[in-house]
Amino acid sequence: MPRVEQNNKVVGRPVRKKDAMRLLLGKPAYLEDVTPAGCLVVKVLRSPHAHALIREINTAAAGKVPGVAGIYTWQDVPQKRYAQAGQTYPEPSPYDRLILDRRVRFVGDAVAIVAAETEKAADRALKLIKVQYDAQPAVLDFHTAKDNPVLVHPEEDWKALCPVGADNQRNLCACGSDSAGDVDGVLADCDVVVEHTYHTKACQQAMMETFRTYTELDPYGRLHVVSSTQIVFHVRRILSHALDIPVSRIHVEKPRIGGGFGAKQTVVAEVYPALVTLKTGRPARMIYTRRECQIAGSPRHEMEVRVRVGADRSGRIRAMDVYTLSNTGAYGEHGPTTVGLSGHKSIPLYSGGLEAFRFSYDVVYTNQQAAGAYRGYGATQGIFAVESAVNELAAKLAIDPVQLRLRNMVREGQTMPAYYNEKALACALDRCMLRCAERFDWEHRRIPRVQPDGKIRAAGVAMAMQGSGISGVDVGSATIKLDDQGGYSLTIGAADMGTGCDTILAQMAAECMDCPVDDVAVFGADTDASPYDSGSYASSTTYVTGRAVEKACAELKRKICALAAELLGCEASDLEFSGRQVRRLDGGGAVSLTDIATRSMCGTAPAMQATCSHSSPTSPPPFMVGMVEIELDPETGSVRPLEYVAVVDCGTPINPNLARIQTEGGLVQGIGMALYENVTTNALGQIAENSFMQYKLPTRQDMGTLHVEFEPSYEPTGPFGAKSIGEIVINTPSPAIAHAIYNATGVWHRELPITPEKVLLGILHKAK
Amino acid sequence: MEIKLNLNGKAITAQADPDTLLLDFVRAQGCVSVKRGCDTANCGLCTVLLDGTPVLSCSVLAAWAAGHSVQTLEGLQSEAEEFVSFIADQGADQCGFCNPGFVMNTIALLRENPDPTDEEIRAFLAGNLCRCSGYDGQLRGIRAYLNSKKEQGGAPRGTEQ
Repeated sequence: MPRVEQNNKVVGRPVRKKDAMRLLLGKPAYLEDVTPAGCLVVKVLRSPHAHALIREINTAAAGKVPGVAGIYTWQDVPQKRYAQAGQTYPEPSPYDRLILDRRVRFVGDAVAIVAAETEKAADRALKLIKVQYDAQPAVLDFHTAKDNPVLVHPEEDWKALCPVGADNQRNLCACGSDSAGDVDGVLADCDVVVEHTYHTKACQQAMMETFRTYTELDPYGRLHVVSSTQIVFHVRRILSHALDIPVSRIHVEKPRIGGGFGAKQTVVAEVYPALVTLKTGRPARMIYTRRECQIAGSPRHEMEVRVRVGADRSGRIRAMDVYTLSNTGAYGEHGPTTVGLSGHKSIPLYSGGLEAFRFSYDVVYTNQQAAGAYRGYGATQGIFAVESAVNELAAKLAIDPVQLRLRNMVREGQTMPAYYNEKALACALDRCMLRCAERFDWEHRRIPRVQPDGKIRAAGVAMAMQGSGISGVDVGSATIKLDDQGGYSLTIGAADMGTGCDTILAQMAAECMDCPVDDVAVFGADTDASPYDSGSYASSTTYVTGRAVEKACAELKRKICALAAELLGCEASDLEFSGRQVRRLDGGGAVSLTDIATRSMCGTAPAMQATCSHSSPTSPPPFMVGMVEIELDPETGSVRPLEYVAVVDCGTPINPNLARIQTEGGLVQGIGMALYENVTTNALGQIAENSFMQYKLPTRQDMGTLHVEFEPSYEPTGPFGAKSIGEIVINTPSPAIAHAIYNATGVWHRELPITPEKVLLGILHKAK
Repeated sequence: MEIKLNLNGKAITAQADPDTLLLDFVRAQGCVSVKRGCDTANCGLCTVLLDGTPVLSCSVLAAWAAGHSVQTLEGLQSEAEEFVSFIADQGADQCGFCNPGFVMNTIALLRENPDPTDEEIRAFLAGNLCRCSGYDGQLRGIRAYLNSKKEQGGAPRGTEQ
């Protein structure tokens, strides 16, 4: 059995989020609430063409609009290419952008920046800018992008900093492969091989608060940036590259963030007001409209994943071959990295008896909206494909898909060859499956049932994994200091985007310092004040920054004990830290934390403060199982999820309430991805789903009931045994729902979203 | 043009363009709990009460509200406080950006129907999108609040006008 910490006082408790009441009561907290309204309004003129060269821009009439403070075109920006992906330097994403470029590469690409005193003036000016375009042939089909004669990035100053297999002369943002064993040989020897291609679309994160940034010059003349971002330090460096000014001249902070889901791991809005403030010296603010978010945001990479999976007759999965074609759109943000997860975080689920695997990929440029980071980050796409293929394999073998998985899944202690040979030190995937099957009553409900009204109830299953941080790359840090009255200040560079990381990190600090969570004040994130942290992405904050908090607390305790030893006239080794005081083990006296704090602020004493960083050589995967029951109407093709049961192994849930809400939120996003969320472009490259009218998000009437449980494991390298939770939870709905639809109709749907139209056409096609 | 209306119990007079949306009008008056989420009347973030009825302030001209009473969450703090503590106890506040609209519409629901079923809650609040929570935590919070009211033996607070 896993080691379960029974003695924790704060960790593992459903503590309220520290900001909960103020957010629920609508107090000013977000960027638009806390930055001055009297600043310049920044807007961007966007390209109507999928691919064009700007021959001429005439801004004379626009410049005469009263209230216009500045209009900037490609001639006004630094000619230095950079990448907008919030990643550790050197970024794997190619340097393929200018703030404004003479070549526009998708419908919605930035053409000009307008700054005006009012929104109305800015809007009027936008309409009066006259642009002459030389329209170019566009690459809109990502199947034909590689080695297409039309190049999305023909420019000579395009460059890739990392060896990711990028080649702009071939429209390649990345390519590569990884393998172990003789895949073709083993597949040839398998009794059964299933081979299919699965297609996932460019879903939008659709966080409720759109992209937005405020900029001004501070009293030192530095660029002060307030932005709704997950990555304050990466924003600082990327702005330095884009604007060609030193990092030392930039200060970035974030207020409360109205959701991110990875969207705000890319520098989408920041460059525009920053340029305006540098040009005019005046405060400026850019707030993306929902339409801009939908057409010029940073959605999920559209991927087509071909899976070949081979097994023997008894259901032993012996080999898996995965090829992913990923569409990064017009720019390469997160292109080379998201694709990796489509294989590295799907194949290892079947490490059980796998003899060989191969994972290869191409990431191509097209003249479409650039993709970015979205919760799941490629794993979601790969897991839809691999889990669907395994469900198809189970059907072909006539084996219960739950039993097939139990026979082949990765188990605790096993090495995962397709996951960089990492060992699953904490893995409760088997227990998740057994518990989920029990809770869901899989044995009975897996048989489809026709209801009296003709609707069909059917069930589906899928497993998932993710990582916990980026191994060997990203850094988490924490500073903790003892305050006057014996409380603590915890300063972090990770960004709470609503997930509650401020609170769970405070819980860890409170556990370490043996104090109530209310005694820990949290501040973050601010590049001038916070210790360096890569930021909140890649499911890293609990696991990576959490360990930094543990380390910093241990260090601070040592310092507190050293000062107490001085005050008590003994050795630190004679002392015990017990929360409110430090006492001699021999009972010969104690000194209160308040007195230690007071002493540290009078006369010379070492600072009662500690900063520690953490980076992990491994990225332990959380695991989960999801089972869904749907009701499908064969008359209309409509699919309604009735019940979703999810059992998650995230190691130790630091805050079970927040872990549960993460899971429920991820499931509902996943249901949207499976059933309706879509991004489609027409022959001109225009996106149809440019508002919430067309881009349907699940409402509370669309998701049925959810049941979430945890099967804890204990990750020895994580804080208090924790792994991650934030991303994995979006991965099971698509394959599980596709499976349920097959069980109801006998038709496999291999392209998302599975709309009523597709379901009905599938049924009609099959009947022929 | 000059607009006179009652905002959160206070008579105000302010200048606004004829095409100013009520959403922008109340924000300019300092009621920043009212959020813009979509521009197309799909998300429910900008919900305010117009003469006690929930409306999307992105779809109402400020001029139309002239002479009427408008309430935002700023004006309903005490009515909301106890209820929202139950949402906080679920951790369902999350990023918080949709919370004010959701809270406003829940207040409207409970004034109209103090003892709703789960289905009635889902139907009434269907227009309030939330991308973080998956909705179930909000439902648990509302349910826990209503149960606590029943245990106290009184009618839910939401019935107050």
